[in-house]
Amino acid sequence: MATSDSPGQGEVVLSFVDVAKTYPDGTTALEHVDLEVRRGDFVTVVGPSGCGKSTLLRIASGLEPHTAGTSTVDSRHLGYVFQDATLLPWRTVAQNVELVAELSGRPKNDRKAAAKDAIDLVGLTGFEKHLPRQLSGGMRMRVSLARSLTLAPDLFLFDEPFGALDEITRERLNDELIRLFSTQRFGALFITHSVSEAVYLSTEVVVMSGRPGRVVQTFDVPFGYPRSPDLRFTPEFAALSGEVSRALREGHS
Amino acid sequence: MSLTDSPAEAAPDEIVAPGPPAARPRRRIRLRSWLPPLLVFVALVALWYAITYGVLDEQRRFLMPPPDLVVTDALFDRTTLERMLVALGRTARVAFVGLAIAIVIGMAWAVAMSQARWVERSLFPYAVALQCIPILALVPLIGFWFDFGFLSRTIVCVLIALFPIVSNTLFGLQSVDKGQRDLFALHGASRWTTLRKLEFPAAMPAIFAGLRIAAGLSVIGAIVGDLFFKQGDPGLGILIDNYRARLQSPELFLAIIIASLFGIAVFTFFGWLANRVVGRWYDTSKAG
Repeated sequence: MATSDSPGQGEVVLSFVDVAKTYPDGTTALEHVDLEVRRGDFVTVVGPSGCGKSTLLRIASGLEPHTAGTSTVDSRHLGYVFQDATLLPWRTVAQNVELVAELSGRPKNDRKAAAKDAIDLVGLTGFEKHLPRQLSGGMRMRVSLARSLTLAPDLFLFDEPFGALDEITRERLNDELIRLFSTQRFGALFITHSVSEAVYLSTEVVVMSGRPGRVVQTFDVPFGYPRSPDLRFTPEFAALSGEVSRALREGHS
Repeated sequence: MSLTDSPAEAAPDEIVAPGPPAARPRRRIRLRSWLPPLLVFVALVALWYAITYGVLDEQRRFLMPPPDLVVTDALFDRTTLERMLVALGRTARVAFVGLAIAIVIGMAWAVAMSQARWVERSLFPYAVALQCIPILALVPLIGFWFDFGFLSRTIVCVLIALFPIVSNTLFGLQSVDKGQRDLFALHGASRWTTLRKLEFPAAMPAIFAGLRIAAGLSVIGAIVGDLFFKQGDPGLGILIDNYRARLQSPELFLAIIIASLFGIAVFTFFGWLANRVVGRWYDTSKAG
């Protein structure tokens, strides 16, 4: 683990030093990526499509190897929320939430209790016996979130989880996520292509360039938690969003 | 998103007239689904009569005896009916045992192929070959090798029913969503766990679609076996062949009808079973 150079902050849960990814066919997806996520950090990566944002998460989680640099991630307590809810359609909500605890071999009573708590946390109490096909898109995402919460993760990876949802649902889930983050204080690495979502959620916004993806600029977000939806309409929020957008445009050209 | 979103409740027929008890619309639906095929049936019987009495002259009427003759001369003839039911029993036993063996071999074959590319590359061509070789041409040979009884009939049945199980199971196992695979990989699921908790359940709809086809084929296989052997204890195939040779056309027609009804019953049973097992989460009507 990296040394804790700024006291008062949480332990480092993800650290990328000069990480690069080149595919066998020669295309470079990522170059010189330095990133650090501590417990209590909510780091969001914005970038144009195809800049390798998702690859970043796949490397962090060990689903894909990187080809240069070092990636240090404590993967024992890792939550990963995919673009789709990736629920198993033949399992009920409760059984889906139990799945990852089940795969990690936790005893039945233990994972049942963990699943119940997680379902309560995402506000799906009463829907335990429903099947995924009976739920709306937003509710399915909540189930997916709850499934990762059963691991009590130190690090949460989010791969554009709300991209496919309508705006109202998306904003609600953003607020839910902020509430979860304020109470659980995990470290989060969140991928999105929405600047406003990035600024609204995070403690830090990382802007990436188009392929090959590299970090263009990093912004600290000064707003405290919990955040109110009205934050989006303050001048400070607009100013910061403007700066992030500008960096995104410059990185793209 | 609101949590008051009511879960999509299955409401097959929402246009219910206010007032009357639930039984009435249900009966109407039942009638609506039974009536058209019933009318077609009546039309087919009418066509049958028309051919018997309109097209064929009296000497050639044995080619298509009228339906009532099939009922009176064959169905109501106790010895004939008994002989046919015994034969049906033999054929059914071959079909069920053959289907069971085909399921075990077919699934094992598909699972083996799903586990490694090289296994698939080595074994899939033979699954295709199995589908392409004229099994009917092999039937006499199988008779020579294994005699003409239960064993060789079952072998014929297995050969005919195997392919849809192999191909559908393999297709099902391989069509698992990539995100779900990632999820299992991420949380360190072993190959066996992934097969048991992800690939197999996900493949169930495809497997059942294959089972339905295989079930129909297993009946055909069981009949084809003894139809070609022309020896051993008579199953439906031998009866059909005998009646054909002796120009006993009412009996011949009844045997064919019984064989068809048996095939339909088996096919329907597997449709029902599929609906019971995966219908809760999968719309089986999509699988065909």
